[in-house]
Amino acid sequence: MNNGGIHMSDEKSYTADSLQGATDFPAPNNQPLIAPEEIRLQVEALSAYYGNTLAVNKISLSIKTNRVTAIIGPSGCGKSTFIRCLNRMHEVTPGARVEGKVLLDDQDLYGPGIDPVDVRRRVGMVFQKPNVFPSMSIHDNVAAGYKLNGVRDRRLIAEKVEKSLKNAALWEEVKDDLQKPGTSLSGGQQQRLCIARALAVDPEVLLMDEPCSALDPIATAKIEELIHELKDTVTIMIVTHNMQQAARASDYTAFFYVGELIEFGETGILFTTPRVRQTEDYITGRFG
Amino acid sequence: MDALKLETRSQRYLFRKATERFAQIGMVLCTAVTVFFLLTILGYVIYHGASAIDWEFLTALPLPAGETGGGIANALVGSVLVVAVATLMAIPIGLGAAIFINEFPSARLGRTVRFLAEVLTGVPSIVVGLFAYALVVRSMGSFSGFSGSVAYAFIMIPIILITSHEAFRLVPSSLREASLALGVPKWRTILGVVLPVSSRALLTGAVLAVSRALGEAAPMLFTAFGNPFWNLNLKKPIATVPLLIYTYATGPYDDWHKKAWAASFVLMMVVLFTSVLTRAFLRGKSHE
Repeated sequence: MNNGGIHMSDEKSYTADSLQGATDFPAPNNQPLIAPEEIRLQVEALSAYYGNTLAVNKISLSIKTNRVTAIIGPSGCGKSTFIRCLNRMHEVTPGARVEGKVLLDDQDLYGPGIDPVDVRRRVGMVFQKPNVFPSMSIHDNVAAGYKLNGVRDRRLIAEKVEKSLKNAALWEEVKDDLQKPGTSLSGGQQQRLCIARALAVDPEVLLMDEPCSALDPIATAKIEELIHELKDTVTIMIVTHNMQQAARASDYTAFFYVGELIEFGETGILFTTPRVRQTEDYITGRFG
Repeated sequence: MDALKLETRSQRYLFRKATERFAQIGMVLCTAVTVFFLLTILGYVIYHGASAIDWEFLTALPLPAGETGGGIANALVGSVLVVAVATLMAIPIGLGAAIFINEFPSARLGRTVRFLAEVLTGVPSIVVGLFAYALVVRSMGSFSGFSGSVAYAFIMIPIILITSHEAFRLVPSSLREASLALGVPKWRTILGVVLPVSSRALLTGAVLAVSRALGEAAPMLFTAFGNPFWNLNLKKPIATVPLLIYTYATGPYDDWHKKAWAASFVLMMVVLFTSVLTRAFLRGKSHE
């Protein structure tokens, strides 16, 4: 594989689409194709390891505020590992470690003295399979970010629960059953409950790790609709296997392959005129 | 179809079928033997014990040797007291150690602790009694209920540790991650998610340990020592039911033998009811 070549083209696509984010690369002279927008997350030369195995290799990316950025790529290409680095969940796995920088509004999440617990309050996460707390009611699941942290203010919690359930488009379905166990809901509802739970603590960024992979098409459509509505208030990153989903739901798309960022750009452009051969092969279904 | 017909007539098929039948009969026999002995023991104790039980037996103090009548009230209360104190010591230690080896995994330390706990469950209970004698009785200068509690605690700790460890291992890591990703610190995740989710198994383990301690006589020989009088002071020798059974069963009087059977019956019922009540409680909880 011609790694050098990939990096070159990677650089080009990067600078063309998101000029202001490309701190790692020499400033180009060509004009940005889109108007500059505010950057919420700036990832610089991020590498992630499991023991001695390199899973993500020096990836740099900038994520725009209140936009949806999709990460696509074949299984095992480091997509999930990458987004788990963005809220410091990667290091939860024994033996896992991270190199590089992740700047959230100019603050390095891996900087000295930064508590991963604080990072995770600002950068929320929704997992592949709905992981509703089985010991808690629907209400308590949404309130978990508060209750588990010892917050007792009932009015605040009730307010947050209702607002988050409404934001997650679940309120109408569960408002009369808030005290029922969270696990009594259907799979799609459980995943929206998990989204509500993540939204309840008002994160600035929401990471979604293949949130629809365990859901049927109807539930998937609901989640996608939800992503569309949420992006007014929160920056979303979504890992997906489903290229149609990336094309439908995202503003920007990054294509990963064996731990490398192959191409990153506006979704519309990446899917219609990819710059790199591998991206084209992948999105046209020739491999992966 | 032809192939199938041929197969059913073939000798190999008949041989396989006979082996299957043979194995089945073997397993049924094994089960029958197990159940038979269990029921025989139960029946024997009930036959000899139930007839000797009356109100006096449960509420009166033992009479001087040789006299007929009296009861085991002091031993019943003593057993409950000694086991209760042992439980108060064993649950925090066993549970704490289980949390430590499961939630803060240093693979080697965890394995070592787990292995030691397994060894400890195999240590003969009389040796545990001797250890408590050396540790507590010698330093306190007298036999005491407290030293009995310490001996029981040593028996209970490894049981609680192992059952709790198994319970924690069954909590999906996705639930821990869900909590951590909400910005909940690890200790609050353990208290708020891991413990509630595994509470049923934890309770079952604790009840198992209590039942085991309730029936042990050997560790009491050099510790609680026994006492024919009322005593609620754990600094002094105290009567316990298994110890009383041992003394009465090995004594020379017919009345004592009868009382030993009756006390065995009472002990068995206490253990049985503890299990049944726990099960009923857990079942009630699962319907919530």
